[in-house]
Amino acid sequence: MTDPVTRFPGLSRLTPARVRLDARAGPVPMRDLLAFQEDHAAARDVIHSSADWQAIARDLAPLDSIQVSSRAQGRAEYLRRPDLGRRLAPGQDLPCGNPPLVVVLADGLSAQALDRHGAAVVHALAARLPELARQPVVLASGARVALGDDIGAAMGAGMVLVLIGERPGLTVADSLGAYLTMAPRPGLRDNARNCVSNIHDRGGLSHDRAADRLSWLITAARNLGQTGIALKDGSADALPLDDPHPGSLTGD
Amino acid sequence: MAEYQAQARQENFRFSSLAQVMAAASAERSGDQLAGIAADSALQRVAARRVLMDLPLTTFLNEALVPYEDDEVTRLIIDNHDAAAFAPLSAMTVGDLRDWLLSPETDAAALARVAPGLTPEMIAAVSKLMRNQDLIRVGRKPEIVTAFRNTIGQRGTLSTRLQPNHPADDPRGIAVSILDGLLHGAGDAVIGINPASDNLANCRDLLIVLDDLRQRFDIPTQNCVLTHVTNSLELLERGAPVDLIFQSIAGTQAANEGFGVTLSMLAEAQAAGLAARRGSIGQDVMYFETGQGSALSADAHHGVDQQTLEVRAQAVARAFRPLLVNTVVGFIGPEYLFDGKQIIRAGLEDHFCGKLLGLPMGVDVCYTNHSEADQDDMDSLATLLVDAGVSFLITVPGADDVMLGYQSLAFDDLAYLREVSGRKPAPEFENWLDRMGLARGMGARALPDAGDLARRLGLPA
Repeated sequence: MTDPVTRFPGLSRLTPARVRLDARAGPVPMRDLLAFQEDHAAARDVIHSSADWQAIARDLAPLDSIQVSSRAQGRAEYLRRPDLGRRLAPGQDLPCGNPPLVVVLADGLSAQALDRHGAAVVHALAARLPELARQPVVLASGARVALGDDIGAAMGAGMVLVLIGERPGLTVADSLGAYLTMAPRPGLRDNARNCVSNIHDRGGLSHDRAADRLSWLITAARNLGQTGIALKDGSADALPLDDPHPGSLTGD
Repeated sequence: MAEYQAQARQENFRFSSLAQVMAAASAERSGDQLAGIAADSALQRVAARRVLMDLPLTTFLNEALVPYEDDEVTRLIIDNHDAAAFAPLSAMTVGDLRDWLLSPETDAAALARVAPGLTPEMIAAVSKLMRNQDLIRVGRKPEIVTAFRNTIGQRGTLSTRLQPNHPADDPRGIAVSILDGLLHGAGDAVIGINPASDNLANCRDLLIVLDDLRQRFDIPTQNCVLTHVTNSLELLERGAPVDLIFQSIAGTQAANEGFGVTLSMLAEAQAAGLAARRGSIGQDVMYFETGQGSALSADAHHGVDQQTLEVRAQAVARAFRPLLVNTVVGFIGPEYLFDGKQIIRAGLEDHFCGKLLGLPMGVDVCYTNHSEADQDDMDSLATLLVDAGVSFLITVPGADDVMLGYQSLAFDDLAYLREVSGRKPAPEFENWLDRMGLARGMGARALPDAGDLARRLGLPA
């Protein structure tokens, strides 16, 4: 079927997009249709799966970790009730030592992203910011980004960095996002945070580049005394991948 | 505050405000449940619809759902209301309006005459009384034509946005997706990129790539890099080839503040776009996206249901003579539209309401992986929307947006929709496709020299 005049398999290497490059433009080939359904099924499985918290805690060693959960009970409630995913469940025991920075590993919509990249990004960051080793990493299940505000407030943290599994796509289902928030407290809006997203190994930010970007942001936030729209990401020119959802309509 | 009541199955239901009636009358959706304003039961929903049926349309001119003094969107709606256009409807209830819209005598010309007299709240109210077939039947009546380098929305046409996003904004990767779209005849509404990076230099580079491509092939279409309105203004000042000025908008002032926009910023951007005079046959320079749930997501909903707020967002769009407006209906997530049923209903509502306001309505027929929906639901919605006379649809390679991580329609779906509906691209674009030998369906024809096309796109063929 492949005709060199109408089809260019070579060109499809230039983009991860599902291009067909077939000037005949007939119905979708059966093989492509099933590959799409396979990817959709796999992405759905990722959304409904749980993180392997024991393995993550082991990978974080020698860093300590503490496990907490949000008020959302189970994935079905998590998906329908983002408000519950933003609040700590009652009775969580967090040490209040007023640390300058707390790191939260949150499952979000992709536990797989956390399993694959969470501990590695924390280690890459700790290599750049040795003070991270002084307090435990918080492992949060059923978490939305803003759960970090509750956690940070409970610990009296100066800043909170939430590493969270992003919404899985068909092509990349293990992308990690990072949100930095100064003076975390319940009720903050997303415009109070800075975001570095698309941390994954299929054309996204590598663990080291993500850690470079984050340590730049953490230092800049300390100097400026705030995060959010006032803090412009000056590392962007050297690192081309920026927030992939500018002006996005999705809230979290 | 007025109190409203009606009965269902001998039970009396009371509503303490007009906003409560509107929310309870809405078709079930997860976003209103999340906000705690949805009907508690199906019977209560019927009672709320009975209240609306008998409610005079003038009520909406006297009782603001979002306070006039607090909200510039309400002020825009009330201050721009055309009493003369409203006069023929002024004695009607919402139920009367439904019957009038459905009557065969009410045609495109009649709808165009009353459009400036309809407020978004009136249109939202009547849509809550209509079944999906009513939304289709009336949604197809208006003919809303806009123009820049081609004409969008003529009866019998179906246009498309070609969305060639790339996770790293790689110009060659983007060019491959554009080639794929053009081979399928997509791209007459706009070739529009959501940039991975909002960085100004990056946006300018992408605009230059797109404009260069358009000029090299003499494509009668318009380009857009969907970045914040303030970025587009800055890019225009620096002389970048900005055809359309894009912005996401919402139905309350507070939600728009969450997007970092005000009405005066939109007016300034429109003026700058008009001053650039880049359109060849028209000067409709604005492109807006909206979506149910955006106000609740910004915690700025004032206790008003998400569908009503969506129509208010469309009223913001109406004030700036847009070339294109589309809802991103399934993009915002299952906490607002839970499943395929809710997405399909919302897509038909958004299209109907926008058309009654007089907007060139398109739809991003789409869903995210955490919604209970799949490509079959998108087939249903796309087919219904084409029947409903949608002006344009979003299309991406293989239905998979690899940058934003969600599923829309595929370029391939366009061939299906054209085949079952007989609808054609914008006339200027269709002529161009004919000249290039592109996308004429599956019948016998000379295939284009795609190798030459690729080379001229700067790609290794």
